[in-house]
Amino acid sequence: MNITEPGTEPAVRAEGLVKAFGEHRAVDGIDLDVRAGEIFGVLGPNGAGKTTTLRMLATLLPIDAGRAEIFGVDVAADPHVIRQLVGVTGQYASVDENLTARENLWLFSRLQGIPSARAKRIADRLLGQFGLEEAADKTLAHFSGGMRRRLDLAASLITRPPLIFLDEPTTGLDPRTRGQMWDTIRGLVADGCTVLLTTQYLDEADQLADRIAVIDRGRKVAEGTPDELKTAVGDSTLQLLLAEPGEVPAAVEVVRRVLGSDPVLSPEQGRLNVALDQADRAADVLIALRTAGVSISSVSVAKPSLDEVFLALTGHETDDRTDVEENR
Amino acid sequence: MSSTTIAPARQTVRAAERVAAARRHVSMGETLAQTMTMAWRAVKKMRRNPEQFFDVVLQPILFTAMFAYVFGGAIAGDVESYLPLMIPGILAQTVLTTCMVTGTQLREDMEKGVFDRFKSLPIARIAPLAGPMVADLLRYATAATLTFSMGLLMGYRPGGGVTGVLAAILLAILTGWSLAWIFTWVGTIAKSAQAVQGISMMILFPLTFLSNAFVPVGTLPGWLAAFVRVNPVSHLVTAARDLANGALVSTEVAWTLLACLVVVAVFAPLSVRSYKRHI
Repeated sequence: MNITEPGTEPAVRAEGLVKAFGEHRAVDGIDLDVRAGEIFGVLGPNGAGKTTTLRMLATLLPIDAGRAEIFGVDVAADPHVIRQLVGVTGQYASVDENLTARENLWLFSRLQGIPSARAKRIADRLLGQFGLEEAADKTLAHFSGGMRRRLDLAASLITRPPLIFLDEPTTGLDPRTRGQMWDTIRGLVADGCTVLLTTQYLDEADQLADRIAVIDRGRKVAEGTPDELKTAVGDSTLQLLLAEPGEVPAAVEVVRRVLGSDPVLSPEQGRLNVALDQADRAADVLIALRTAGVSISSVSVAKPSLDEVFLALTGHETDDRTDVEENR
Repeated sequence: MSSTTIAPARQTVRAAERVAAARRHVSMGETLAQTMTMAWRAVKKMRRNPEQFFDVVLQPILFTAMFAYVFGGAIAGDVESYLPLMIPGILAQTVLTTCMVTGTQLREDMEKGVFDRFKSLPIARIAPLAGPMVADLLRYATAATLTFSMGLLMGYRPGGGVTGVLAAILLAILTGWSLAWIFTWVGTIAKSAQAVQGISMMILFPLTFLSNAFVPVGTLPGWLAAFVRVNPVSHLVTAARDLANGALVSTEVAWTLLACLVVVAVFAPLSVRSYKRHI
């Protein structure tokens, strides 16, 4: 199977993107570099500026400052060309509630200049691929959230665009539908598409993305492969609650001695999160704490949550623009 | 369901070829085709929500009867002699009210997710606005036909015959379509559908009532008569009267068409501009 030649134009190149809504800078100078043929994940909590970034790249919002290119085409200068290159699947299914699934696909095909008979064939094909044949002639009022998402993605693929934006493609979906969506996304890339997706879920970015940018408060706080990010955060986290909050400095000292890295202090008094590259290092830390006479009121070992990724990535330095590479 | 695999057909997508093949602008022909596709969507929507036709069906029937019996005696002596004066007036009024709905519905529509997709597609920006307006021609036609039918039932015998009446209906539809651009523009600038309704009412009421639609201009005070004479609705009403009652194509027809042209030339670009800006 052929895959788009690597090393040609990057799929997305954005420099210093800014979007301000009044005083609030929703996107505050974001750089992105998405290579052709990869799945690039933009990871961040609600309100981080993920959707706004995507909407600017998709010509749905004007870019206030900075510039963006898609396959070498300037987004602000040639929006009509960009719209032919990018398929957008929004966070809220952007399909017509008043039409049936088949009519929706026919409508979007016709709008893009596909003759009626071919538009019908495309609709049939996509309905089949997305498991929507049975519901094809029902209006969307009868559709579940997962079906709408699938139809929405199908509608983005009509012209087989080389770049696909997926805004939180699995938020609100049940685990099985989520798994199907992941398979679909992998399938797109196997066909030579490039996928730029946003997500709030670390495991989703981990499962799908070749590279991840972590975004917080309109800025990129980290970028790298999932492995690089995980190294920064640790494979798992030892969560400690000290009996005496006053002993935190002593505990930090012990952790530094045993693991050679600093624990992340949680805003909660006396609580520490220790990133572990191997879960069994937890025992070493606990024994060292006992030896040092630091008493502990509770202990747990957990996979790092998105919160911890953020604490780890933003907690080290006050500068928001920390790169994983620089951290090591 | 669990065996569903959602994988597109294997066929490689090549970005460089796509960039090379991409068109930089939408042609006139494409714009027209896209507008007609959007009109198809609007007609589908009408057929699935027939209550949208309540206003265009009920208003001509109700208003014709109401105005004729209430004002007929006072203004023209009796109902029958008021009809030739009034029916073209009601025609203008119902068509204008129908325009107003265009703006409200557009606003409601724009809040829906599907407009995000319309914006992300490589289509002419005017198509999502003009499409529903083409479909609305059906509504104007319904409203206009029912107004005349109701008049005929009540004893109106238009002197212009079938040709005159059809010409009057055609002119009313055209005017309605043109004036609808004002309300479409309001639809793209207002914050909510309710706001559209409010603003539209304020435009609509002076336009219809400060015209010669229901009363002879001679009965009005001078300052009011001056406004009534320049009001485009007055031109439409007079032109429609001349056509329906005497099959007479007067200069009023030309004035009406000119007014329509000006309205479209001003408000169509304004609408597209504010639609583009709309988030």
